[in-house]
Amino acid sequence: MSRVELLSPEGLRIDGRRPAELRKITSTTAVLSQADGSAYLEHGNTKVLAAVYGPREARHRALVLHDRAIINVEFNVAPFSTGERRRRTKNDKRLLEMASFVKQTFEPVVVTTLYARSQIDIYLQIIQHDGGTLQACINAATMALIDAGIAMTDYVCACTAGWVEREAAIDLNHIEESSDTSEVTVAMLPKSGKITLMQMESRLHVDKLEEVLSLAGEGCKQMHVVMDKTIRDRAEDLAAKMAV
Amino acid sequence: MSEIAFYSPVPRSSNSKAKSKGNHSNDNDMDLDEMISSVAKNSSTSATLHVVTPGEVITTDSAYMRGHGTYVENEKVLSSVAGVVDRVNKLISVRPLHTRYNGEIGDVVVGRITEVAQKRWKVDLNSRSDAILMLSSVNLPGGVQRRKQESDELQMRNFFMEGDLVVAEVQSFFTDGAYSIHTRSLKYGKLRNGSFLEVAPALVQRCKSHFHSLACGVDLILGLNGYIWVSAHVPQNLDEIDTEQVYSNKNKEDITVQDREAIARVANCIRALAAEFIFINDTIISFAYEASLQHKLKDMTKKEIMHQIATEAVDAVENMKG
Repeated sequence: MSRVELLSPEGLRIDGRRPAELRKITSTTAVLSQADGSAYLEHGNTKVLAAVYGPREARHRALVLHDRAIINVEFNVAPFSTGERRRRTKNDKRLLEMASFVKQTFEPVVVTTLYARSQIDIYLQIIQHDGGTLQACINAATMALIDAGIAMTDYVCACTAGWVEREAAIDLNHIEESSDTSEVTVAMLPKSGKITLMQMESRLHVDKLEEVLSLAGEGCKQMHVVMDKTIRDRAEDLAAKMAV
Repeated sequence: MSEIAFYSPVPRSSNSKAKSKGNHSNDNDMDLDEMISSVAKNSSTSATLHVVTPGEVITTDSAYMRGHGTYVENEKVLSSVAGVVDRVNKLISVRPLHTRYNGEIGDVVVGRITEVAQKRWKVDLNSRSDAILMLSSVNLPGGVQRRKQESDELQMRNFFMEGDLVVAEVQSFFTDGAYSIHTRSLKYGKLRNGSFLEVAPALVQRCKSHFHSLACGVDLILGLNGYIWVSAHVPQNLDEIDTEQVYSNKNKEDITVQDREAIARVANCIRALAAEFIFINDTIISFAYEASLQHKLKDMTKKEIMHQIATEAVDAVENMKG
């Protein structure tokens, strides 16, 4: 297989972006009427639907924590979302791993002590896959949690960055991801700059790490602006309607 | 050194209390109060609602107390939810607009029995955990004053079964924050003859009565937890209620087609108002009902007709206010 040229001589990436440029982000909240909170998010062609139910009565008595809520995450990939159509079983280890990443990301940020003995369910569904699923899932889950009125100390904004051929690049798409690129996903609390998740599956030279991380951090801050606008618009809209 | 001042009984103005307290508070405090009242005035007008999102600083003044929906970090009060800032004197809280039910004692709620347990029922109230209805906090058949017996514990399903709907009142909280509810009044108890619907809890406001009889021959219970019961009108005389009938599972026999249509129409009107996120009370429902009469019942699920009914109802309320 001939190698794809990921970075053109002019310094443009395969989809025409510059290295430090995010894909187009589209986001809405309250897309599902039955869920307590929901959000739909697009990072370019990656599309995610997040639904949050709860805090509600815990379904499994054995798992109940008497001083705080348990967070339960389910992650699913639609069979039609990827290039090759493939049905995944519910116990697919990749899916469970992804769910546990999201769970670990939110446990320190959601103020679970307010909701003792209850359960918060987060359901994530990938509708179209074009790279950066983890970042899209975390961002969508943040918005759905806020939409459900669940207390969080801050937003959680996630972004990926990687080393594409000779430069650090942000928000990798599927082609860049799948051709041996080192990729780091960072989830950050934009107010304090604290990092709640950092995930990397391939090797990256330590000299390049700092550049990649700072680029991912920049991406998180940009994500925060976009998400905050959507959330604020929705809150202002509801407040204005109720003021009538 | 504090002076005690006596005031003659005058019609209470909002300032009189602050003044009498002002004797032992310093000037700095007074300024703060003025600042709050000016902020409160601003927030009461709809144009300048103070909307915050998680992690946003509400105030850096450490004189404020933190309420619900906020937390303190580095002596700053920050918001933990997206919503509207409420200030009561020095207490700051943030009220999320779309959330689960947060109860207070005395609230009238509609709930669904989810579980029958030892001497208690678990009731779904759309809150963060199921509420508990103790066997000792219901009226047992055969006399209001009757004490519960062992035989009652064994036949609890004859009173309330899983899936039954009840109207009740929040009695107290348990230490873990779960609600204890009671039906020890003839107003409360099992629900029959009608249909159930759910709206956002924020849309139902606390008011004098949550039991309404509309002119169209429909009874309405607006639960503060956002659960609403719309039923056929049953003439009630609280003195002559047959206590055996309180737990009956049978609907009354003479519910006509017109009654059923009126129930469906009222339920659809409430759905239309809820879809537009408008406060729900008996007045606006009556106006929405009148506005809906020009449409066929089956058309009322259409989005544009729901919107039209809601706007007409809001206009009618505005007209009434003048």
